[in-house]
Amino acid sequence: MNNLSIIFRRELLSYFATPLAYIFIVIFLITNGVFTFDLGGFYLRGQADLLPFFSFHPWLYLFMVPAIAMALWADERKTGTIELLLTLPIKLSEAVLGKFLAAWVLIGIALVLTFPIWVTVNYLGDPDNGVIFAAYIGSWFMAGGFLAIGSCMSACTKNAVIAFILTVSICFTFVIMGSPILLNIFPEWVPQYLVDAFSTLGFLPHFDSISKGVLDIRDFLYFTIFITAWLLASAVVIEIKKAN
Amino acid sequence: MIKIKSLTKKFDQFKAVSDLNFEVSEGEVLGFLGPNGAGKSTTMKVITGFLSPSAGTVEIDGYDIIEDPLKAKELIGYLPEGAPCYADMSVLEFLSFIAEIRGFRNEDAVERVQNVLDLVDLQTVCQQSIDTLSKGFKRRVGLAQAIIHDPKVLILDEPTDGLDPNQKHHVRELIKNLAKDKIVIISTHILEEVTAVCSRAIIINSGEIVADGTPNELEARSKYHHAVVVSFSEAYNPQRDLSELSELVVVEENGNASVTILSNNKSPIFNKISEIARTKNWPISEMHVNRGQLEDVFRVVTSQMRECD
Repeated sequence: MNNLSIIFRRELLSYFATPLAYIFIVIFLITNGVFTFDLGGFYLRGQADLLPFFSFHPWLYLFMVPAIAMALWADERKTGTIELLLTLPIKLSEAVLGKFLAAWVLIGIALVLTFPIWVTVNYLGDPDNGVIFAAYIGSWFMAGGFLAIGSCMSACTKNAVIAFILTVSICFTFVIMGSPILLNIFPEWVPQYLVDAFSTLGFLPHFDSISKGVLDIRDFLYFTIFITAWLLASAVVIEIKKAN
Repeated sequence: MIKIKSLTKKFDQFKAVSDLNFEVSEGEVLGFLGPNGAGKSTTMKVITGFLSPSAGTVEIDGYDIIEDPLKAKELIGYLPEGAPCYADMSVLEFLSFIAEIRGFRNEDAVERVQNVLDLVDLQTVCQQSIDTLSKGFKRRVGLAQAIIHDPKVLILDEPTDGLDPNQKHHVRELIKNLAKDKIVIISTHILEEVTAVCSRAIIINSGEIVADGTPNELEARSKYHHAVVVSFSEAYNPQRDLSELSELVVVEENGNASVTILSNNKSPIFNKISEIARTKNWPISEMHVNRGQLEDVFRVVTSQMRECD
């Protein structure tokens, strides 16, 4: 067992040592239910798929994931345990990745526990389970993107609430990137290809195609690179801000 | 062996530590003294690899803390200021985590944890979560994680800060027992601690070393070194009797019919004083030689610097 998995295990266990993990999971499941059945019109649509379920995920993650991510590093700094952790014989990358993975797996567990909805749709109709599976994976990857931003923001400050607000703001930008609200900001003279490039940086185009069952390696690559970049940024921020 | 060469640490424009040079070898317990904000903690953070130095090098047993951080960190046990621990874990879980990170597996890890629980006397609370523990217990948990791998180098930042006298005594005994064939660096601003556990003391002020020596050597630098303290059973003024002495002496009133007599050149004057006391029939209730006061030296060396600034 290497350092990465030891740190990962400690982090994951500490989520379940406090009510945090349970509250997160319960709220996640309740909001998912409300969104899907009430707002999403799951029954009214009369279609055997989980599109209403998944299409709310970006908005759900917008608040749920920063709540998990905000404490990642801010708390370590606040309580001083960061000094303990980083003077142990481990690499900074192992700490950053271990913490990220633990939080990511927690979100994964919450996601897996939404399985009754999958059971329901299979009971009521004959959905394409391949598409649903792909959408689950896509959703989890998108959550990873949110989480990586949160990791970096949490590293920026000692104050978890500030980390939360920063994370929500940045995540919101990435969610609406590509939507007309943001694209209209660009003045006329900006070439179209730049606007297009900008809009493809957002989460939604990638998540939408995955959740419709279009498994394009580039969409997964997008999330993987996105996560890697923000985690690298986290490491850099931690290194710079260790002193204060 | 720890070698620290021209170590400098700047925060923006502020020089927290400037051009520090010293070596510590096995068996030494080094007391790191200085007023608050003198750079003690910063130095320790650099030695343990938490902060990187702005200039200079730190070598732990031949491993440079920047070039070879993992090898160097393996040799170090570190108690950061305030003994931070993961508060939501139980003592047992926390120490098992540290043991695993330190490379112990399965039964090995269990044995290490049990040993250290015995050593710092934590068995009774090992199932409790750390945030329910008292300050003394928390400090012991911090100490336990620092010594769990029997490190060659032990760095303790204010290990007894905020503990009651019994706990202080216990921690000092522990440090003394551990110190054999180890390098121990303790930062403190409690001077009695230095005399109690340290074999050497370094006083730093504004990031620079202002004194370095054994506690005895430092005490000898005090103006009270070799001074004679005399307590009288009734009010008595010894001043006129002392004019017979060959050297110049100063008499300081301590109150309660007690005086301190010190010679201007710190020479031993006990014999002469006791001679006078006998011939003049001083009403003495107590009389002893002052070894020198560390506190006095501390104040002198740390305030001189300020005046220079």
